[in-house]
Amino acid sequence: MESKVYVIGVGLTRIARLYDKGLTDLFAEASLKALEDAGWPEVDAVVVGSMLPSIHNEQSSLASLLAQSLPYTRGKMAVGVEDADNSGLAAVIKGYSLIASGLAKTVLVAGVEKMTEYPSAMAIRALSQACNAQHELFHGATLISLQALLMRLYMNTYGIDRDTMSAWPVLMHSNASENPYAQLRFKVTKEQVASSMMVSDPIRLLDSSPIGDGAAAIVLAASDAAGSRNNAVEIAAVAQASDTVGIAYREDPLRLLAAEKAARTAYEKAGIKARDLDVVELHDTTTILGLLGLEALGLSPRGKAAVMVDEGEFSSKSKPSVNLSGGLKARGHPAGATGVYQAAEIALQLRGDYPGRRAPDPEMGLALGLGGLGSTASIIVMRR
Amino acid sequence: MVRLSISRHWREKGAYYRLEGIECLDCGKRSYPPAPVCPHCGSRNVRRVKLPRTGRLLSYTITYSIPEGFREYAPVMLGLIELDDGTRLVSQLTDTKPEELRENMRVEAVLRRVQVDGEYGLIHYALKFRPHRPGGRKE
Repeated sequence: MESKVYVIGVGLTRIARLYDKGLTDLFAEASLKALEDAGWPEVDAVVVGSMLPSIHNEQSSLASLLAQSLPYTRGKMAVGVEDADNSGLAAVIKGYSLIASGLAKTVLVAGVEKMTEYPSAMAIRALSQACNAQHELFHGATLISLQALLMRLYMNTYGIDRDTMSAWPVLMHSNASENPYAQLRFKVTKEQVASSMMVSDPIRLLDSSPIGDGAAAIVLAASDAAGSRNNAVEIAAVAQASDTVGIAYREDPLRLLAAEKAARTAYEKAGIKARDLDVVELHDTTTILGLLGLEALGLSPRGKAAVMVDEGEFSSKSKPSVNLSGGLKARGHPAGATGVYQAAEIALQLRGDYPGRRAPDPEMGLALGLGGLGSTASIIVMRR
Repeated sequence: MVRLSISRHWREKGAYYRLEGIECLDCGKRSYPPAPVCPHCGSRNVRRVKLPRTGRLLSYTITYSIPEGFREYAPVMLGLIELDDGTRLVSQLTDTKPEELRENMRVEAVLRRVQVDGEYGLIHYALKFRPHRPGGRKE
């Protein structure tokens, strides 16, 4: 029998170009906030999700290094998780597994990333390591340009125009404008999206998540360790699945098979349907991945997500509300930290103390993290 | 700080220079790049085949946000290509202009320079794709 697992504390840093803060500074800021929020429990393990430190910071052994910046962790388990830009949620599931299996009672899970140590061309290349190095990156492809291939295919296949696609970034920026931790806290119009700089045709600057630094942390605990903390949020299910690294292998490039499979497993384990979800955070590196994510979760029929967003679905007044943080698009996407932000945001929404736009009295929440173009997918379902 | 490895490139010579993929003897589907099992059905019963050098553009993009090492090709044109036998691959598009690209356009493989490792390092070549020129010069 698996032990039940609860989120008993969260801590976030603002996402920005934080040139004066390093990996340790960001990690410690988020982790100490989370431990304080949890009432300073003794932790059995520190799990760190991160993608780029071995490239940008020449640092492996990251979890042990970072654990040094916390009190009372010396001698405890410290382990790193790398799963491309899905590292954060993969780390949360690693922490969950330690508790569910009885290996630990209380676990601090943190995600941390420094994206701004070098010029953008290097950050783009590093982030693109989520894709196939020998047969995609070798040809000059990037994480963004491969999504541009999918966006054009999606628009042609389903007959969706630029104006309709722009509804997604407009909604994301509107949500982020009220999120104190977001990198891009301003609203945009469809006209601004359509006239923003072309990054990789048809993806424009305002379709794409920004480059920023950040860290997020959550404290997980087994039922007995969670005690009587009244703001504890139960993790109802976790699931992970994979798909090909390389879109050319996929029978239908417009299906996120890993996300579909993980969603089916998670819904079944939690005993829910997609329509039971009240609040969702999903992985929109660019507009197209956000829309394909909605479809993979079963929140929209295939080919209809852009139209549904444009018609006003998935807002703070909808069921479910999606990406009230502003998503990767506007909250920001500090790669391996993003999934921990998502998990923390869902927990805060269910606790009723999210500092930005709130879903109306939510009971059931879900976070979806993707690696690259959905070669890995992690899902966590939480219940109030 | 791009470092090109000789052995990493050499191992891929079949795929990079001869457009070798695999054919599954169970489900019949072909795949590129070559893999030890069929990505479609999981069978280990696969053999290496040379894929056709012509196909069509399923989708394309023109990238202005250039990763390190590709500045000389800016803007980078990239295609999702379906070869004449149905095999798909992602490759760089060459010998054309952004405004000439169209969905379903016929394309053909051509050997081109892909990356240069500084002034004294390796020059890496591989197949890119250009608009198909029926009856044109053979490469």
